[in-house]
Amino acid sequence: MSIDMSQFHQVFFEECFEGLEAMESGLLSLDIGDIDSEVINTIFRAAHSIKGGSGTFGFTVVAEYTHIMETLLDEMRDGRRQVTKPAVDVLLGSVDCLREMLTSIQNEEEVNMASAAKHQAALEMELHGTAGGSHAPAPAHHEAAAPTPVAVAAPEPEEEEDEIEEEQGWKISFCPYLSLLRTGNDPVRLFREISELGELTSHATIEDVVPFAELDPEECNITWELKLVTDATEAAIKEIFSWVEDDCAIEFAPLAKPKKAKKPKAAAAPAPAPVAEAPKVEEHAPVAAPAPAAKKPPVEADASKNAAPKASSSIRVDTDKIDTLINMVGEVVITQSMLGLVGENFTMDKVGLLKRGLAQLERHTRDLQQSVMNIRMLPISFVFSRFPRLVHDISTKLDKKITLKLVGENTEVDKAVVELINDPLVHLIRNSLDHGIEMPADRIAAGKPEMGTIELKAYHRGGHIVIEIVDDGRGLDKNKLLSKAIEKGLVEETAILSEKQIFELIFMPGFSTAEQLTDISGRGVGMDVVRRNIQSLGGNIDIISELGKGTTIAIHLPLTLAILDGQSVAVGDETYIVPLVSIIESINITEKMLNKVAGKGETFKLRNEYLPIIRMREIFNVKSGAATKPNEGVIVVVEGQGALCGFLVDELLGQQQVVIKSLEANYRRVEGVSGATILGDGSVALILDVPGLVRLSVR
Amino acid sequence: MSQENETPAVVEEVAAQKSSDNTTQYLSFVLGKEEYGVDILRVQEIRSWEPVSRVPNVPPYEKGVVNLRGAIVPIIDLRERFALSKVEYTPLTVVVVLQTGSGNHTRIMGVVVDSVSDVISVERNEIQGAPDFGTKVSNEFINGLVSVSERMVMLLDVDKLLTIENLEQNES
Repeated sequence: MSIDMSQFHQVFFEECFEGLEAMESGLLSLDIGDIDSEVINTIFRAAHSIKGGSGTFGFTVVAEYTHIMETLLDEMRDGRRQVTKPAVDVLLGSVDCLREMLTSIQNEEEVNMASAAKHQAALEMELHGTAGGSHAPAPAHHEAAAPTPVAVAAPEPEEEEDEIEEEQGWKISFCPYLSLLRTGNDPVRLFREISELGELTSHATIEDVVPFAELDPEECNITWELKLVTDATEAAIKEIFSWVEDDCAIEFAPLAKPKKAKKPKAAAAPAPAPVAEAPKVEEHAPVAAPAPAAKKPPVEADASKNAAPKASSSIRVDTDKIDTLINMVGEVVITQSMLGLVGENFTMDKVGLLKRGLAQLERHTRDLQQSVMNIRMLPISFVFSRFPRLVHDISTKLDKKITLKLVGENTEVDKAVVELINDPLVHLIRNSLDHGIEMPADRIAAGKPEMGTIELKAYHRGGHIVIEIVDDGRGLDKNKLLSKAIEKGLVEETAILSEKQIFELIFMPGFSTAEQLTDISGRGVGMDVVRRNIQSLGGNIDIISELGKGTTIAIHLPLTLAILDGQSVAVGDETYIVPLVSIIESINITEKMLNKVAGKGETFKLRNEYLPIIRMREIFNVKSGAATKPNEGVIVVVEGQGALCGFLVDELLGQQQVVIKSLEANYRRVEGVSGATILGDGSVALILDVPGLVRLSVR
Repeated sequence: MSQENETPAVVEEVAAQKSSDNTTQYLSFVLGKEEYGVDILRVQEIRSWEPVSRVPNVPPYEKGVVNLRGAIVPIIDLRERFALSKVEYTPLTVVVVLQTGSGNHTRIMGVVVDSVSDVISVERNEIQGAPDFGTKVSNEFINGLVSVSERMVMLLDVDKLLTIENLEQNES
């Protein structure tokens, strides 16, 4: 029975990558001195699933490779092998290699066999180098399933007694039960896998095949006698059949002494049917499934035809969330039918009922909106989970001792945020590892524990998610930063900067304390890019640091990118939305608070601080509506680019949640505008890009 | 762009759209006394003018954006785009919503015209290249000319018309 396997590829790859992540985190959590067998089991299971899956899908390279890993892990699991640091490192390397292989396969590219072979060789070194004579099955095993371009140690002479080597082959009697096909197993695929072990000849017994009219395409009425010329062990062959062992009767016999297998008389009366005997297993396919071929057009397993586009992303959603959503929809439908009933013969005395119905509808709509948003929410652990590895690798490279603590990994954020926050976080963590945490000797000298700590925290606060990277390293040196900035001409020598402003300097493009440049950080995206990325997500980034004690970098991000809390403001006849996040406060101003600077610029005094005023009317060339003097408007104090400033608008209209629509989809980017939204009356209002406006006004 | 360069492009495009026969249908509309035509397959809908939300700091012919069933769609005044005299918008003023498909990304845009007049069928070999006016008149949106019952209709290249980046460059 041929099923189009490619439709499952996407799921397979997702599961593989999940499995790899599980293996990775398992390996990292392994404590060499005190091995938790459950962890090893988890790693082993993940490897096993990947092997099984890739075998089923015909990705033999992956299957073979994983098989070696599995063998190694199996021995560790049984306690036959010590878990050592080098072994763990080799396994970690193989996880990377597997990930690479799978990515190549997913993108339908050539698998880089050279790097795979290198890792494989390392694995085998590990496997054989320390494997004693008592582990005979392992090498034999491995040779059977991994005929890849690596020198393989000859099978150990002492084999277990059922592995009679001199027979050089096996006779396998494979009698699937009727239900085999229903379990999703395809004998053809099994045969293909076996045929890789050696030369395979097969003979199908079709006495049990029922007349065509009675044939159930989902029942397997054929049995096979397979002859396999190979030096593989019985265990290796059994392994292939392990997926179907509950659904068939199978017997193995060495070739030299053939044994007649007993056949279960499960099927109905024997009937004449076309005899099929072919040397190659593949040709059995039409016999295995004659009925479906006749009844429906054959489904071609053409990978290129309907392989999901590589860029397509999918999301796994908790069933609970879907259930809630369905309940919500049910409520909405009920409310809607109730409103329909009210509207059918509407009289004025039903106004109360109508109002109640509308109120209900509003509540349900809001709930519905929330649950839909919830579906897009993923735990931040999707991002965090890769950092233990990063920290492990880099700290080894730098000879630093660092532990990473993850706090609040289950905090949920929008999928888009999860995808975009990764790079900035990697950069920040690298910075902490490289510049933040000192060498162990320095730490001891400073009276700190030898082991440095980096804490990665995520939590919700007031409609925002806050991600903090806390290290207990050397902290930022204010004086050094300032002198560097003066030297580079970024800051006037006489300027008096607050502590916060000094820390902000590290976000300036081109600002780098050159002596700290290493190959780990100081390359790639700079801190200015980090900040820009975070701002493009609608968030901001703060630094708190104390010299010698450590640094905390806090990133505030909106929970979702699709909806925004906005304050609508009027400028002339036009309505704009200011993101509520960036508003500090709004004040009615009086003439007294205003000051002219050089005849042009205007500032106002807000609690002993002079802030620049941006007249929205001027910057947006609004001509409609009454002319304004400063004292006829409202100043909205906003924070953008780390600085406060005041937007002068005519009126505050109200706060509302707005759905962000892209202006670029059909139009283009407009300076000072981050997007658009549709107001209750159907008209379009533009959403202000506060940092962009501040930049615009400076020009 | 010179006349010689324009003509083959027209022929190719028209041929691609209607390979079975040689006619293509165009929607013609009026701007002042001039008549223009756009490929009817590019016309998504025709709407009456309704107030737009102005977008700050863009060329004046980009009138603003409207909400078209949830999508934010820019509206361009073709009169102003082609530097014709401005007229007051009336209830009869029409917005033709056009779509362009460059690659797999389609954009939608509304153009304000005085009125739509007709659907005309044009034979491929009836289309003439646009005359070269030198630098005085930009004819780069014009795909060709065709005469329909003694009137001259200018056939517009929708893709070029809707490439905003192009508009921006022309402005400067």
